[in-house]
Amino acid sequence: MNLIPNWMHRLASPPTFYGFADRLLPWLALVSVVLLGYGLVGGLALAPADYQQGEGFRIIYVHVPAAWMSLFIYSFMAGAAVVTLIWRIKLAECVLTSCAPIGASFTALALVSGMLWGKPMWGTYWTWDARLTSELILLFLYLGVGGLQQAMGDPRAAARACALLAVVGFVNVPIVHYSVEWWNTLHQGPTITKFDKPSIDASMLWPLLSMALGFTTFFGYVLLQRVQNELLWRERGNPWVVGAALAAKK
Amino acid sequence: MTAILSFQNVAIARGDHLLLRDLSGAVHAGEILHIRGANGVGKTSLLEALSGLRNAEQGEVVRAVEPEACHWIGHRNALNPALTPYENLHFWCAVQGVATDNVRGALREFDLQRVAEHPCRQLSAGQKRRAALARLVVVRRPLWFLDEPLSALDEAGVGHWLNLLQAHQQQGGAAIITSHQPLRAPLQGLRTMELAPDSGTRGQA
Amino acid sequence: MEAFVAVLARELRLAARRRAEWALPLVFYAVVATLFALGASPNAPWLKVAGPSILWVGALLAALLSLERLFRGDYEDGTLEQLFVSPQPVSLLVAGKLLAQWLVIGLPLTLMAPLLGVGFGMGAEVIGVLILSLLLGMPALVLTAGFASALVVGLPRTGVLLPVLVLPLVCPVVIFGAGAVRAAESGAPADAPLYFLGAILVLCVCGVPLAAAAALKNALD
Repeated sequence: MNLIPNWMHRLASPPTFYGFADRLLPWLALVSVVLLGYGLVGGLALAPADYQQGEGFRIIYVHVPAAWMSLFIYSFMAGAAVVTLIWRIKLAECVLTSCAPIGASFTALALVSGMLWGKPMWGTYWTWDARLTSELILLFLYLGVGGLQQAMGDPRAAARACALLAVVGFVNVPIVHYSVEWWNTLHQGPTITKFDKPSIDASMLWPLLSMALGFTTFFGYVLLQRVQNELLWRERGNPWVVGAALAAKK
Repeated sequence: MTAILSFQNVAIARGDHLLLRDLSGAVHAGEILHIRGANGVGKTSLLEALSGLRNAEQGEVVRAVEPEACHWIGHRNALNPALTPYENLHFWCAVQGVATDNVRGALREFDLQRVAEHPCRQLSAGQKRRAALARLVVVRRPLWFLDEPLSALDEAGVGHWLNLLQAHQQQGGAAIITSHQPLRAPLQGLRTMELAPDSGTRGQA
Repeated sequence: MEAFVAVLARELRLAARRRAEWALPLVFYAVVATLFALGASPNAPWLKVAGPSILWVGALLAALLSLERLFRGDYEDGTLEQLFVSPQPVSLLVAGKLLAQWLVIGLPLTLMAPLLGVGFGMGAEVIGVLILSLLLGMPALVLTAGFASALVVGLPRTGVLLPVLVLPLVCPVVIFGAGAVRAAESGAPADAPLYFLGAILVLCVCGVPLAAAAALKNALD
C-alpha cells in the first residue's frame, strides 16, 4: 500500500471518484466532439483520395483507430485487473468490468469496418488475414470476460475471476498475434493485398491521429459513465449513493 | 497467558454487503469458543475468516500457531464418494504431510472399522460425519476449527465427540466451534458468542 | 512432493473406478471425426486436406467436455477447502491434478489420433508429426481448460461458458498444432511450429497452476 500515493488512495474512494468523474465528464465530451469532428471532416471530406484505393480507403479513419482502441482498452483492462488482484480496490473492479463491453464494441467496429473495406477492395466481405483474424479472436476474449462477469452472482468474486481471465488473456494476446501472423504467411502469395499502411501523407495522417485521440477521449467519457453506474449499483447500501443519485436527477 | 487466536473489529462481507461487523475476541489454551446464531447469519464465514480460508473484510485476526498446527473440519466432509474412508484419510495425511500410521486406529475409535473399506457413497450421513471427524484423532493439533460438527451424529456419536473435546481441552488445546444448537455438556472454559445480523456480538467472547 | 504424488495417485485411482470418464472422450473423438467424414462426400479429397484441422479440433473439444467438472466435485464435497488449509502450496496440488487429467484424458486422445489419421489419408511421417504436435499441444490445452474450469468452479451450470472462455486462449495452440501437421503433409519441415508449441507448453506449465490456484481461492472466498 506504500506504493500508492495519498491522492490516489483518496481518489479510489467511491464517492470521491464519483464527484471527480462528474467534473471531468463535460470536458471529455467537448474534447471528443472536437477531435472526432476534425478527424471525420478531415478524413472523409478534405483529405485527398488515395492513389491506389480511391475513395474506399477513407474507412481507415474508422477502422484503424478502432483497432488501436481495441488493443489499448484490453491493455487498460489488464492494468485494472492487476490492480484488482494485488490491491483489491473496488474502483479497479468497476473499471475492469466496465471496460469489457466498451472494448468489445470497438473490436466489433474494427471488424465491421474491416469487412466493409474488404468488399470494394477484394470483392469479399471476409478474409482470413492476420489483422482481421486477430481482431476476431480478441473479440472472443472480450466476450469471454463479459460472459464470465454476467455468469457469476457475487460481484466481487466475479470481478476477481474476470481479472484473472483478463491477465491470462493479456499474456495470450501477443502470442495470438504472432501465431496468426505466422499462420497467415504460410500460404501468403504476393498477390494478396494487405492492410498495409503506406508512407502516409501529412494531410492523411493528422485526421487519423485526431480520430485515434478522439476515440480515446470518447472511451474515457463512456468508461467514466459506466464506472459511475457500477459504483452506484455496488455501493447501493451506502448513504452517499442517495445524495449522488438525487444530484444526478437535477 | 497469550491467546492462541485473537481477533479485533473483524467484519465479514458477502458480495458487496457486510454480514457482520465489529467482532472481537480471543481464545486461549484450554478454552472453547462456541459461535452460535441463526442459519445464514455468517457463522461459517466467520470461522473461515478466523482460520484464514477467507479474508476478513475489515479487522485483524492474529494466530499464534501456524496452519500446520490447526485442524479445519468444515460442514462438508471432504470425503470423495468414490473412495473409501481409509483412502480419503490416507490422502488427507499425505497432503498434510502427516504419517498415516494412525488412520486405522482413528477409524476404529470412531466405530468405522466395518465400513472402512466401503466407498463413502455407501455410508450414512452420520458415518460420513464421523469419518470426517476422525481426522481430529489421526494427528493431535492444538487448535481446532469445527463447523457444525454435530450435524447428523446420533447420541453415541455426540457423546464420543464431547469426550474427545474434553480430552483435547485438558491437554491444553483450544477449539472454535460453530453450531446453531447449544453444546449439551457442562464444558469448562466454554464461552459463547452469539451472532446477530449486521451488528456486533452479544455474549461477548 | 509427496503431496503432489498423493494427488496424482488419487486422481488416477478415481479414474480407474469411473471408467466412463476416460473412455467417453475417446468415443466422442471418433464420433466427431466420423461426422465430418459423413458431412463430405465419401473419400472426398477435401477430407485429406482438412484432416489436420478436424483431428486437432476434435481432440480439443473432446478434452474440453471432460474437463468442465474437473474441480467441481472437490469443491462440492469440501476437499478443496482441505487443500487450502494444508501446508502445501495449492498450485503444486493443482499441477498434480492437471497432470493426472492429461494422463487420463489427453494422452489417450493423443494415442487415438493416429488411428483416426489413417481414416483421413495421412501417411506415416505425417502421423508422426501429428502425435508429436498433440503430445506438446494437449497438455497446454488441458492446463488452459483446467484454469478456465477453476474460474467457473462455483457456478452451478456453466453451459457453453467454459468453451467460450477456453477457445480464444487456445487459438495459438491449434494454429501451431494443425500447422505443423499441414507442413508435414506438404513436405515442409515442421520444426518451427513444434518449437512454438513447446514454448507455449512451458509457459502454461509455469503460469497456469498459479493462476488456477488463485481462481480456486477466489471461488472459496
